Amino acid sequence: MATLLIRGGRIIDPSQELDRMGDLLLEGRRIVGIDAPCPNPDEVIDARGLIVSPGLIDLHVSLREPGNEEDETIATGTAAALAGGFTSVACMSDTRPVVDNRSEAEFIMIQGERAGNAHVFPLGAVTKNNAGQELAEMGQLVEAGVLAFSDGRTPVANAEIMRRALQYASMWDRPIFNRPQVPELVQNGVMHDGFISTRLGLRGMPAAAEDIMVGRDIALCELTGGRVHLMCISTEGAIDLIRRARERGLRISTEVTPHQLLLTDQVMDTFDSAYKVDPPLRTERHIAACIKGLQDGTIEVICSDHQPHSPEKKQRELDLVPFGIAGLETLLPLCITGLIETGHLSWMQFLSKVTIGPARVLNLNKGTLRAGADADVTLINPDVSWTIDPTQFQSKSRNTPFGGRQVRGRAQTVIVNGQVRYRA
Amino acid sequence: MPVAAAVPASTVKWTRKHLLGLEELSADEITLILDQAEEFKRLAARGETKLKALSGTVVANLFFENSTRTKTSFSLAAKRLSADTIDFSAGGSSLSKGETFIDTARNIEAMGANQVVVRHSTPGAPLLLSQHVNASILNAGDGTHEHPTQGLLDVFSIRERVGHIKGLTVALVGDILHSRVARSNIWGLTKLGAHVIVCGPATLIPPHIERLGVEVAHNFDSILPRCDCVNLLRIQFERQRSGLFPSITEYSHLFGMNGDRLKKSKSDIVILAPGPINRGVEITPDVADGRNSVILDQVTNGLFIRMACLYLLHQRQNPTAS
Repeated sequence: MATLLIRGGRIIDPSQELDRMGDLLLEGRRIVGIDAPCPNPDEVIDARGLIVSPGLIDLHVSLREPGNEEDETIATGTAAALAGGFTSVACMSDTRPVVDNRSEAEFIMIQGERAGNAHVFPLGAVTKNNAGQELAEMGQLVEAGVLAFSDGRTPVANAEIMRRALQYASMWDRPIFNRPQVPELVQNGVMHDGFISTRLGLRGMPAAAEDIMVGRDIALCELTGGRVHLMCISTEGAIDLIRRARERGLRISTEVTPHQLLLTDQVMDTFDSAYKVDPPLRTERHIAACIKGLQDGTIEVICSDHQPHSPEKKQRELDLVPFGIAGLETLLPLCITGLIETGHLSWMQFLSKVTIGPARVLNLNKGTLRAGADADVTLINPDVSWTIDPTQFQSKSRNTPFGGRQVRGRAQTVIVNGQVRYRA
Repeated sequence: MPVAAAVPASTVKWTRKHLLGLEELSADEITLILDQAEEFKRLAARGETKLKALSGTVVANLFFENSTRTKTSFSLAAKRLSADTIDFSAGGSSLSKGETFIDTARNIEAMGANQVVVRHSTPGAPLLLSQHVNASILNAGDGTHEHPTQGLLDVFSIRERVGHIKGLTVALVGDILHSRVARSNIWGLTKLGAHVIVCGPATLIPPHIERLGVEVAHNFDSILPRCDCVNLLRIQFERQRSGLFPSITEYSHLFGMNGDRLKKSKSDIVILAPGPINRGVEITPDVADGRNSVILDQVTNGLFIRMACLYLLHQRQNPTAS
């Protein structure tokens, strides 16, 4: 089998708490190890000045295929993933049709393989058609290879359905990803409920909507012994609840997006639809709580919540515009610039949130550079300064509020299955 | 027939291309509009009702939400200034055929509109339009955000009756949460030095509104003796259906302006209502038609305020010129 030697980089592997200079050897589709002897490698990559990390994993993206190929396809979405440094993405079930049956899941996997970019792990629906009424055929979805379940942006609103879903999915030890938000408290909302929404006359989405649902899911997790992954956490209250639940040993994980950490509701002053996201951008107090949650390990995952939308959908009245940011290609530089360089997180802490953290949620043999793990590796240039330019995105969509922002650091070389799939 | 009104004696020059809200205006700019409106009102009283100021220009009324009085008022204001007008409402337009808001406005502009008066249910829609068309945009109400000309005509009507704004205590009563009129009133009145009280059911007062520099009250009777003016916001019956207050009767009992409450008020209290009013709900007929009421003056003054806005946007000074 072909060997690939990544020479002279700073190897950071949070799964082993390892941070040192060294050579990483890959053979075929597996990692051999660090500084393993290999006199005549088939290929050598010079990694001097670069950080060598386990391939990054994005736990929360929407790829829109099938059904909304005007926004994104699996091919363009996974190309965007590579450009953002990701070797794996977990995609939501909220396509058209919904991934609530075996053939839909298999279609996405096949399209992912055809594209030949990053690995694609489709999440299965919790309920048929994401409608929150009846459980999807989880057993058959598991047989297709589905690793977790989610109704995407739609919360599983009915507590009894959520309880049964957690019980049922526990047969295969699969987590339920839930979007924690009480729907009736955020109806027609477009931004965080607070002083700014009052001033602008925009309908608010109170933090309590998230806190309440997080509390419910923790209670159901305890009741059923199931696994819950809470998607896109944004409030101080939710993080406090999750911290205490994890201290009690409950199997709860959670994630946060970079835009939640970098922007407050103040930006809605511009009425710019690029800032319309769900959960909404909140306040400094909530941001501080998120950062503390990342530092103390309450939050194990940073995800992009990649929500591509074609321009005609975002260039409309704020009430009609769909939520979301196309985030795959900006997560890494935004986190380097906004979290590492500002001193909030170390490289080790940050990389754990995009490697071993998400790998553990999905139980993947990835996110680590241990011998025998899958040969997915991301080489990061931490020093390059550049300006985010949405017109250069690999993604089909351009909806981001970060265009024009000066950032540092980006993915230099991305290796999937032992093969170089992307070079900056 | 004069070409235009004499420019009021003010050192402030109007430089803005759009009128999107009162939040962004300075006290001087607000006063400039009020003075201009006063000038138009004076001319009209002399019989000079038709002015040539906007002759040869086109004012388009683009109403994506129902309105009778605001639209009529803007139309008449434009005609009084000799502009040609186009009326466009969502019902009879290509919007129902799926055309976007921005495309509709671009089409109107392609017909030569210099000023576009826009009403829309979404906050920020006029701002969005100003980013996509070259015409001047006048906000005629955007969702629950602002309704600047209503705010201006309310302030104008108070100033006309009392003589000044500074130092007055003005209560805005009713549904503050869903009211663009309330927000524009708050900006206009506080910038000119009034003390504003917002008073209504706790479910209809939005969070943190005190940070706009207003006092929050829920007991109408306790604040009434202090008030120089009350502005009775229209209550929409669907708010009761969505559970924001228990009944219209209870609302009227707690927050309606009636003869008994009028007796407890200052004798020269000014009663305003942006209308259309629900007689017997926010206000009883004896008060609405009584000597303290300026409700119909508000309608009259609305015309002059809108003339002033159209005129000033048209005549705006180039801010880069010295």
